[in-house]
Amino acid sequence: MAIEVRIPTILRTYTAGAKAVEASGETLAALVDDLDSRHPGLKGRLVTDNGALHRFVNVYVNDEDVRFTGSLGTTLSDGDSVTILPAVAGG
Amino acid sequence: MARFASLVDSVGGTPLVGLPRLSPSAEVRLWAKLEDRNPTGSIKDRAALYMVHQAEKDGLLQPGCTILEPTSGNTGISLAMLARLRGYTLICVMPENTSVERRQLLQMYGAQIRLSAATGGSNEAVRVAKVLATENPDWVMLYQYGNPANSQAHYETTGPELLRDLPSITHFVAGLGTTGTLMGVGRYLREQAPGVQIVAAEPRYGDTVYGLRNIDEGFVPELYDDSVLTARFSVTSGDALRRTRQLVESEGIFAGISTGAILHAAMAMAERAVAAGRPADIAFVVADAGWKYLSTGAYAPDLDAAERALEGQLWA
Repeated sequence: MAIEVRIPTILRTYTAGAKAVEASGETLAALVDDLDSRHPGLKGRLVTDNGALHRFVNVYVNDEDVRFTGSLGTTLSDGDSVTILPAVAGG
Repeated sequence: MARFASLVDSVGGTPLVGLPRLSPSAEVRLWAKLEDRNPTGSIKDRAALYMVHQAEKDGLLQPGCTILEPTSGNTGISLAMLARLRGYTLICVMPENTSVERRQLLQMYGAQIRLSAATGGSNEAVRVAKVLATENPDWVMLYQYGNPANSQAHYETTGPELLRDLPSITHFVAGLGTTGTLMGVGRYLREQAPGVQIVAAEPRYGDTVYGLRNIDEGFVPELYDDSVLTARFSVTSGDALRRTRQLVESEGIFAGISTGAILHAAMAMAERAVAAGRPADIAFVVADAGWKYLSTGAYAPDLDAAERALEGQLWA
């Protein structure tokens, strides 16, 4: 199961500069583990020691914020698109 | 009522119009709250008025005072009009990648503009404003991102107007910037209309805007409480542009680009209601009209060119 993961500029040091990488997992938590095995250190930037998403990191599955769809337990399907972005101000 | 003692007294009370062509069925209906029908043309008049009133009540603002505010445009324009009428000086810190019309409107009302760097977008404007506030302790920063009067304006006005005009409301969809609209309307509707869904649409920009040096420079507005929302969507410039055009082509509503993003999320909710076989009355915010974005090329005939022109611009 291949899922495209878009990486923000700030985290591309972990992906050798790649804007998007592939990973797999039936849930977001599994996907993050798989990402970390391919790009060591990435998980620590996304997930806190308590196992929650970092306050200033937003993750979207098909453009929907995962904090409202089950957070790291959000289930994934083949062809889904995951976008990681830092939290920034609007308004 | 259509007669008011002054322009400022006419803030709010905006129309809610149905979208007969974009609504998927007679059971799943979309409704647009036309916030461009406010005195300076955006929903921000509500928050600006409440923040200024509260600061006056608290004794923070007296004639002759200087107001400082980080803004991507609309809040600044609202404050500039109020400042002119009430005898304040206004200094806006605004990212440089904003439309020229916003700057022209601010200057027209007599506001001063300090441009902040495009990299980092509004984050950078907030940072610069906080530095200026520290250096100039006599200036009054209303700080829309953390000022409870911002969301209170929507709790007391926008929310009740929506429920009065659409008692069967099932969804409310608005843009997420300061979060004031969603927090205020969301709290009111959750109290009054159990089961209502509160849906946020936030703009997704190009890499420049997310150009932080590290994750800990990220920013979540102090007003934000995610327990008020039920869903949150990140909408690309391309999707926002397509919906903005669809709104004018199908329903004749000439809205700004952030409204296209909001409509995109509203349509997603409409599709879900149809798929689930549930009736829905989905109200969404038209945050402003399209006039301020004409120079960006957003409405030019070639959609791809319009999308390219918008790259790197802050459109919400």
